[in-house]
Amino acid sequence: MVAATARRPNPELAAAARSDRRAELLLGALAFGAFALIAFMVVTVVLKAWPSFSYNGLSWFGSGGNVETELRVMREGTPLPGHGLAYFRAWPLIWGTVITTVVAVVLALVISTLAAVFLTEFAPARVRRIIEPVVRLLAGVPSVIYGLIGILAIAPWINEHLISNSRKQSVIYVVQLNGANLTTASLILTVMILPIMIALCANALAAVPVSWREGSAALGVNRWRTIWRVSLRTAWPAIAAATVLATARALGEAVMLAMVAGGTAFAANPLDGLTFFFEPVRPLAAMIFQESEGLTIATLSHTIYAMAAVLLVSATMLSFAGWAAKQPMKRYGVRA
Amino acid sequence: MDPLMPPPIRRIVVDRDPNVAPPTASNGGGAATALAGPRKRRPASTPALVQERMRLESVWLAYGSNWVVRDVSMTVRQGEVLALIGASGSGKTTLLRSLNRLTEVTEGAARSGRITLDDADIHEVEVNELRRRVTMVFQQPNPFPMTIFDNVAYALAERNGRRRRRRTPGIEAAVEDALRRAGLYEEVAGDLDRSALALSGGQQQRLCIARALAAKPEVLLLDEPCSALDPISTATIEELIVQLRETIAIVIVTHNLQQAFRVADEVAFMHLGELVEYGSSEQVFDHPRQQRTRDYISGDFG
Amino acid sequence: MASVATSPQPVPPQALPAPRERVSSWPLIDRICYWLCWVTGIGLCVIAVGIVLYMFVKGIGYLRPELFVKSPSASLRQTQSGGFLDPIIGTLIVTAIGTAVAAPTGIALGVWLSEYRRPRWLARVVGSSIEILAGVPSIVLALFGLLIVSQGFLSFLSQGSPQGSLGESFLDAGLFMALLAMPLIVAATYEALEQVPNRVREASCALGKTRITTIRRVLLPSIRPSMAGGVVLGMGRIIGDTAIVTVLLGLTLKNESVGSTPIIGTLRGTGSTLTSYVYYNSPAGEGNSHEKAYAAAFVLLMIVLLLNAIVTRITRGSEPGARSWWSRFSIQVRSIAGPSS
Repeated sequence: MVAATARRPNPELAAAARSDRRAELLLGALAFGAFALIAFMVVTVVLKAWPSFSYNGLSWFGSGGNVETELRVMREGTPLPGHGLAYFRAWPLIWGTVITTVVAVVLALVISTLAAVFLTEFAPARVRRIIEPVVRLLAGVPSVIYGLIGILAIAPWINEHLISNSRKQSVIYVVQLNGANLTTASLILTVMILPIMIALCANALAAVPVSWREGSAALGVNRWRTIWRVSLRTAWPAIAAATVLATARALGEAVMLAMVAGGTAFAANPLDGLTFFFEPVRPLAAMIFQESEGLTIATLSHTIYAMAAVLLVSATMLSFAGWAAKQPMKRYGVRA
Repeated sequence: MDPLMPPPIRRIVVDRDPNVAPPTASNGGGAATALAGPRKRRPASTPALVQERMRLESVWLAYGSNWVVRDVSMTVRQGEVLALIGASGSGKTTLLRSLNRLTEVTEGAARSGRITLDDADIHEVEVNELRRRVTMVFQQPNPFPMTIFDNVAYALAERNGRRRRRRTPGIEAAVEDALRRAGLYEEVAGDLDRSALALSGGQQQRLCIARALAAKPEVLLLDEPCSALDPISTATIEELIVQLRETIAIVIVTHNLQQAFRVADEVAFMHLGELVEYGSSEQVFDHPRQQRTRDYISGDFG
Repeated sequence: MASVATSPQPVPPQALPAPRERVSSWPLIDRICYWLCWVTGIGLCVIAVGIVLYMFVKGIGYLRPELFVKSPSASLRQTQSGGFLDPIIGTLIVTAIGTAVAAPTGIALGVWLSEYRRPRWLARVVGSSIEILAGVPSIVLALFGLLIVSQGFLSFLSQGSPQGSLGESFLDAGLFMALLAMPLIVAATYEALEQVPNRVREASCALGKTRITTIRRVLLPSIRPSMAGGVVLGMGRIIGDTAIVTVLLGLTLKNESVGSTPIIGTLRGTGSTLTSYVYYNSPAGEGNSHEKAYAAAFVLLMIVLLLNAIVTRITRGSEPGARSWWSRFSIQVRSIAGPSS
């Protein structure tokens, strides 16, 4: 009779399985920690910003005052008549952010689509090999350097050659016009977000199945038309996602805009005609950057954190929008 | 007769009774071919309609330093189906692609020799113009991610340059005509605005054929059009090919000897880039002159 | 009638290269678009070359060897005095701390996302969090950092007292710089691991290895180039950042150390980096010495270019499938959605 010998557990295997589970738990805890940290960040920033929002309500986003004056009030602690210390109307900042971002993204979209088409279709191999380091280089240049070139080279040039003295005189009582204005800011911002968009658009175009492009060529349709009617049409969800990513980048740009956009929180008015292009703006991120010394004062810090909260929530929403933009790609089974 | 000399244009056509098994072993063709037995063969074309369209003269094609097609000469005629058969790597697809200059898309492609379309060297003609006259259908159906209507109207719309309105009556009529000729109209007539990607494989391939036909080409190149399809779709497309040959010159590359037997009037057998045998279908299948042809047809290699 | 098969092979004639499509035959509007594409492509190169050349010319013009070895001095004649030794050291310290924190955590997260990812909800949530982190502006990260480090219990990181501190030190800045580099490293590791074919993992399992051993001994070594590329890119992003430095580093001209212990004192102290130095000396800051700004900016640009070259060298052709450069680049780019300002 064979006694059923209990299977002795192999100690090596058990130890190995234990170490595996330990590793998995550790890594899982780390992952959870990462998520917790980011969630914590959102919560704390919003909490710290809450006093400013609760005082001003939804009119926090509205207009009705001079931003610089309001901030000075908070620094000095002497409230304006009829308002509390935390009174704040952020519209000029928001409008400045919106204008610079929208202009930069639209320009970058057009330019990068053309550049991506150039890279994937028309460029000879030698030119392609040159453009890679070029785009990488543009992506790696730090913002301060863009800002430095802007403030020391481009802004003075615009000031000298594009803004006439009479124009400056005409608005001298409202705002000072110089080379640091929304045009300079938007142009440099465009250059800053171009590399991201070019890489993603080129990726999207290259992912279009070769069989479609070949089929179109075999029907006698020239290369540009093929791209226009087949490739771009297939790739537009990926291009939309790239645009969302570029918008996030543009929204958060602080240093370059702080140097170049003009330090006045002025709501540039399109109805001003050509002068509109030379009016200074002060986007949100640049504002936060410039006011970061004042974080020790309570009301001021609440207001600044309120601006940060707006940026944070926008970044989160853009992240979601990017995901949503990619959904139509699943229809064709094209991997972006 | 030198197998490389194209046979004279006017020739005597023997109408074969499809129900009678052709003689095999007693034939001067040698060993029993793999195609023995009662076979269905396409009805022969009537001589009056046969007209020379494209001519290849001593064509050599290379990728880089590698000669893929060596010294091929043949003629493509309207009213006939020319089948290119051969094992993989024999250069038949490359030869087909050179007929509408698709080989140029590959870097490092080189050529020598002369290919003419209606006596005009195709390399002098503007390439997109050439490709409108000599269109190609690929092995894998590749309908564009658009509606059925837009797919078929694609080449038409581009030809008109600036489209004022996508759906003029002229274009609609042309689309319907192309779908009918491709044998697809009855199946899709209900809803031409469906996405083309929703069709079955056979339907997609017929859609690709309709798309190629819409621009009224003069020569239709088919690169193994049925290799990805089931037998019923294959049969439909083969019938289609036989019908189309009256108005369009057709060149078909096929791996499938039975298919070549069923649809081809002229057969060119290629091996490792060389044109081994070229002649009428009866001659190549029933009385092959080269040993290599015999070996291929009887299945010794391939 | 000799057939081709048995006669000697004829000599192939001279080949004519295949002609490309002639653009001149296209309709006008297509031709315009074609030339627009060319113009954009060449224009890009012109802009990039312009930036580098401009910085080169201006920077070299003002660059003097003594700038590298002298510390900034607070004097009225800024254009003549002091150098940027301290900012350079500051950049090095901050980058070192940031990378030291970001690299292990980033790689670990990338490994978890690719190899384990259970429970499912956690994997999705963590993936989204990393993407959101990539999109958060660095100035917001800096403000968040300030909130955290100004709590009393973290005062050991800087010169504050347990009652609360300003929280500005190299340690603080370096820690939160890690958050900038992390998404890049995670993305690089994750994508590289996804590219490794499953049969490698199966082979290792068939030999009886635990998963963690497989990861450590087989998978990670095989993706070393991509990981290194990700880490170097992260370093590039840290080096180029100004916002976190401004908020969390105290921005004193010289690196002031706190307390008497040599290294820890410096780390707990305040200082500046090349980026804040450039900002300070530009017309937007208070230094108003654009010569020094150009010189420092030039040094900064050279460092970044060097890092770029290293990344290109490391990752070129090292990945299976030899994806085109923009497919590799776009993966990196997706993880730097946020600005490194």
